[in-house]
Amino acid sequence: MSDEITFQIEQLNFYYGNTQALCDVNMTVLPREITALIGPSGCGKSTFLRCLNRMNDTITDTRISGSIVLNGQNIYAPNIDETELRRQVGLVFQRPNPFPQSIFDNVAFGPRVLGIATGNDLHELVVQSLRAAALWDEIKEDLKQPALSLSLGQQQRLCIARVLAVTPDVILMDEPCSALDPIATNQIEELIQELKEHYTIVIVTHNMQQAARVSDKTGFFWLGELIEFDETTTIFTRPSLQRTEDYVTGRFG
Amino acid sequence: MIRLSRHHTERIVFAVIGLASVATAVPIIIIVSSIFFSGAEAVSWQFLLEMPRDGMRSGGIWPAIIGTIYLVVGTGLISIPLGVASAIYLSEYAADSYWTRMIRLAIVNLAGIPSVVYGLFGLGLFVLFLDLGSSIVAACLTLSIMTIPVIISTAEEALRAVPQSFRVVSVGMGATRWQTIRRVVLPQALPGILTGVILGLNRAAGETAPILFTGAAFFLPKLPNSIFDQTMALPYHLFVISTQVPEMPITIQYGTATVLLAFVLIMNILAASVRSWQRRKREW
Repeated sequence: MSDEITFQIEQLNFYYGNTQALCDVNMTVLPREITALIGPSGCGKSTFLRCLNRMNDTITDTRISGSIVLNGQNIYAPNIDETELRRQVGLVFQRPNPFPQSIFDNVAFGPRVLGIATGNDLHELVVQSLRAAALWDEIKEDLKQPALSLSLGQQQRLCIARVLAVTPDVILMDEPCSALDPIATNQIEELIQELKEHYTIVIVTHNMQQAARVSDKTGFFWLGELIEFDETTTIFTRPSLQRTEDYVTGRFG
Repeated sequence: MIRLSRHHTERIVFAVIGLASVATAVPIIIIVSSIFFSGAEAVSWQFLLEMPRDGMRSGGIWPAIIGTIYLVVGTGLISIPLGVASAIYLSEYAADSYWTRMIRLAIVNLAGIPSVVYGLFGLGLFVLFLDLGSSIVAACLTLSIMTIPVIISTAEEALRAVPQSFRVVSVGMGATRWQTIRRVVLPQALPGILTGVILGLNRAAGETAPILFTGAAFFLPKLPNSIFDQTMALPYHLFVISTQVPEMPITIQYGTATVLLAFVLIMNILAASVRSWQRRKREW
């Protein structure tokens, strides 16, 4: 049973100091599905995303309760190595943020630091990751060129390749297209569809069309609660709550 | 009351601030050029590489040059690891607590202490209490205490200038905090850290007061044999031959000043070129 579920989240509460950011969130994320998280700014969807690979640990004065079980293991259990967890559950950020180094060095960063590959294996892994991130054909002539000379859309795909290079199972994306133009956004969306073959994806987005286009499941967050979670088609055609309908049809938010 | 148009006001303001900047540059140019002009004829290979003779009234300044190099290297060996390590701790690990704020305050205040106070402190702690005697090691330790605050504050600034997103990316991929610091943060901050190190050591090279009681010798007939010997040093030597030795040829004084100034100038140019290299490299 448990190997059919990637994330089982139960009664998750999260606090910044005395402010409660997440309230009794329950969610099940299935393998090789795309789960979109939507909701107005400040509703807790990014906070929720960052609980899934314990990135919130780096913020002081936060508190969490409830459980997040990844492939049968509670990731907040005391014996969990959070660095291994973060390798397994990669995170792509809102703004493309490559290191000011070459394309190759950016993708090779993770494998080098974690000791995953060296020499020819490393080169092979970098090439594979760039292919998987649909960037290879555009940059294969010159892997030594500086990452910051790429367009923003290319930089974001480079950041995805950088995450893929440490061989994760799950990829979390925090509004990955919000800094990009429509064409670059479209490329990333196509890429997300391809990645779905091998990875479980959870994506936060402010773009309703994007959620409707790319995801299998959609969760609607409202004031720290996951008030509706269902098949994407259901959420966008006949949601059970009026508030969800108002939001996805653009009546507020 | 005369009312000026705002364009006139603008011209007058620009003229005044322009003059102010010229006025600050003029004395420096006069000092440097007059010293180099009068000292250049004294500087020769013999002057640089010979021992002083005839009560320092002729011969060279080799032991003072070598002594200053010893002091700078020794101070670097002590202050760079300590200063950079503290900066990493303060910038990357330490929480913003009462104690870290006190430490920062102490560092800022240490940088403002007159150098003669460091000298007396070194005399009390290293020379007398720790019984190191007046020696190179005591002088280096004293100079290090003076240099470390400079290194810490510039290095911390350089570390903080590295964008937070780089750290988050690295940690997000499964690197530990130390791996993140070593592989991402330090390489990016290195030019800034180097600038601070050079400026700090530069100050150590030019100071007289901290080494006066802790390791500088009036005159030595030979080079120091170990770190527990006293040493001659350029700034103190300049002080000695300018004020303590009667009938001192003025060319030797100017020559010594020229060498000291050149030493400091070269280190400053080094720091400036590291800074511009850093600016070219930084693209975020």
